[in-house]
Amino acid sequence: MEDLLRELAPQVLGVLARRFGDFATAEDAVQEALLAAATQWPTEGVPANPRGWLIQVGYRRMIELVRGEQARRRREDLVARRDPDDRQYAPAADEELTGERDDTLVLLMLCCHPALAPTSAVALTLRAVGGLSTAEIARAFLVPEATMAQRISRAKQRIRASGLSFRMPEPAERADRLTAVRQVLYLVFTEGHTSTTGPDLRRIDLAAEAIRLTRALHALLPDDSESAGLLALMLLTEARGPARSGPSGELISLADQDRSRWDAAAIAEGVALVTRALPRGPTGPYQVQAAIAALHDEAPSTQQTDWPQILALYQVLERLVGSPVVALNRAVATAMVYGPAAGLTALDALADDARLAGHHRLPAARAHLHEMAGDREQAIRDYRAAAARTSSLPEQRYLTMRAARLAAEPAPIAAEPNPEA
Amino acid sequence: MKYMLLMQFSAAGTDFPSIDTWTPQEVQAHIAFMGEVNSKLTAAGEWVDGQGLGGPAQARIVRAGEGGAPVVTEGPFAETKEFLAGFWIVDLDSPQRAVELAAYISTAPGPGGRPLNMPIEVHPVMSAPAQEL
Repeated sequence: MEDLLRELAPQVLGVLARRFGDFATAEDAVQEALLAAATQWPTEGVPANPRGWLIQVGYRRMIELVRGEQARRRREDLVARRDPDDRQYAPAADEELTGERDDTLVLLMLCCHPALAPTSAVALTLRAVGGLSTAEIARAFLVPEATMAQRISRAKQRIRASGLSFRMPEPAERADRLTAVRQVLYLVFTEGHTSTTGPDLRRIDLAAEAIRLTRALHALLPDDSESAGLLALMLLTEARGPARSGPSGELISLADQDRSRWDAAAIAEGVALVTRALPRGPTGPYQVQAAIAALHDEAPSTQQTDWPQILALYQVLERLVGSPVVALNRAVATAMVYGPAAGLTALDALADDARLAGHHRLPAARAHLHEMAGDREQAIRDYRAAAARTSSLPEQRYLTMRAARLAAEPAPIAAEPNPEA
Repeated sequence: MKYMLLMQFSAAGTDFPSIDTWTPQEVQAHIAFMGEVNSKLTAAGEWVDGQGLGGPAQARIVRAGEGGAPVVTEGPFAETKEFLAGFWIVDLDSPQRAVELAAYISTAPGPGGRPLNMPIEVHPVMSAPAQEL
C-alpha cells in the first residue's frame, strides 16, 4: 500500500496544484489525504479507484484550507484568476493522460527551482514527487524531523514568494530547469551511498529512490539523451554496490572488488541505455560518465579494462565540464595507459589549482601512482596526507589502511637472493 | 554536510570575569541569545543537535584502570582557563556557512552587553559517501 501511495502522491498533487494554482496549499492537502488513506485503507480496504479517492479527499481539504483563511473572498478571486487557461473550458476526452505526464514533470521542475538551496530542493522533491513523509526524509538525512519540516516549509515559502504558478516553464527556461532536476536527482543518489544501519523497520534507500525518480523522468522524456545518461550512470554505479564495501563497511577499491558480485542485470540495462543515448546527442556529462562506468563494468579485471578508451572519454568530459576533479581522473587514466610517470606529470600540472587546494583527492591519486611506480616511501607519505584531509570516514580508513599496509611490508631487498626461488 | 561547533569559554585572552559574577540581566541576555541561535537554526532547517554543558566543577575525566575499572579524576579543574561550554551539530550547505555561523555565535553578549568573542571550534563531522577510488 505504501508503494501505491508513493506512486499516486505526485499525480494527486499535480491535479490539485493545477486546479488551484497554489503549490504550497496543495502540498499540505495532499499530505493530509495520504494520511487519511494510510489510516483508513488498512481497515476499510483500498477503494476501487484509489487515485480518484485521494483527489476527492485532497480536493475537499484544499477547499477547507482555502476557505479557512480570513480573506476568503480575495483568495477565491485569486483561485479563479489563477485557473490555468486550459481549465477555462472543458478538457478534451483524451487529455487526462497528457495532463498527468506534464504534471509530474512540472512538479519536478518546480521542486528543483534554482532559487532553492540544493538541500531544500532535495527534500521537497522527495516529498512532493517521491511521496516520502517528512519523518522518512529526516531519517534518511539523519536530521531531526522538526529540522526537515522547516526545510520543506521554507522551500515551499520560497516557491510561493517567487510567484511561480503551477505550469510548465517557458521553453527557453526548460533546458536550465531540466539541468537542475538532474543535479538534484544525482544529489539524492550520491547521498544514498551514505550507509546507515539503524533500528528502523523501513530504511529509506536514497540510491534506490533516486533511480526510481530518474526512471520516471526518463519515461516522461524518453528522447532526452542526458536524462537517459543519468539513469544509466546511476544503474552502472549502483551495480557495483554489493562489492564496493567489506563486512565492516570498509571501502574496497575498484581493482580489488570481486566482480562476480556486481549486478549483471543492472549493468546490462545501463549499457543498453547509454549505448542508445550516446549517438543521439547532444552529448552531456552524464552520458560520458555513464560510458566510462560502462567500460569499467564490462571489464573482467583492471588489467583488461579498455583504458585508452576511458582516457579518451575523460578528455571529452574535461572539455564539457572543465572541473579539476575530472582532470585528476584523466591523469589516473593516463597512468593506466602510459605508466605512472606520465600520470604523475599530469598530476603535477594540477598542483597549483586553487580548487584542489586542501582536497584529499590530489594526494590520494599521487599516492596510488607512486605505489604503482614502486616508490613506497612517497606513497605512504601521500596516503597519510590524503587520509588527514578527507571528511569521509570510510575513505579515511581506506587511505590509512593502504599506508599501514605499505609501511608493514618488508623493504624489498633486491641484492639478496631469494632462497625459495 | 554536518559540522560540530564547540564553544570554548576562555578566560585567557579576554578581560571578562566568569559568568557567575555577571548581573542577572547580563546572564539573561546571554541565555536569550543562545535560545535565539537555536530557534534560528531550527527555522533554517540546519539544526541537528545542540546542548550546553555543565561547568568544569561537574566535569570528570575517566580512564580505564586495572581490569577496565574506571579511574575518575575531578577535572577539568575549576581554575582551568579554557573549557568546553557547549556544542552544536548543524547540517549546512557549505563550509563558508559554518564559519559564518561560528562567528555569529562568538558575538554572544557578555557583561555590559559587549560581545564575548569567545573562540568557536569548527569541526566537520566525518560522513560516509563511498566514492569511487
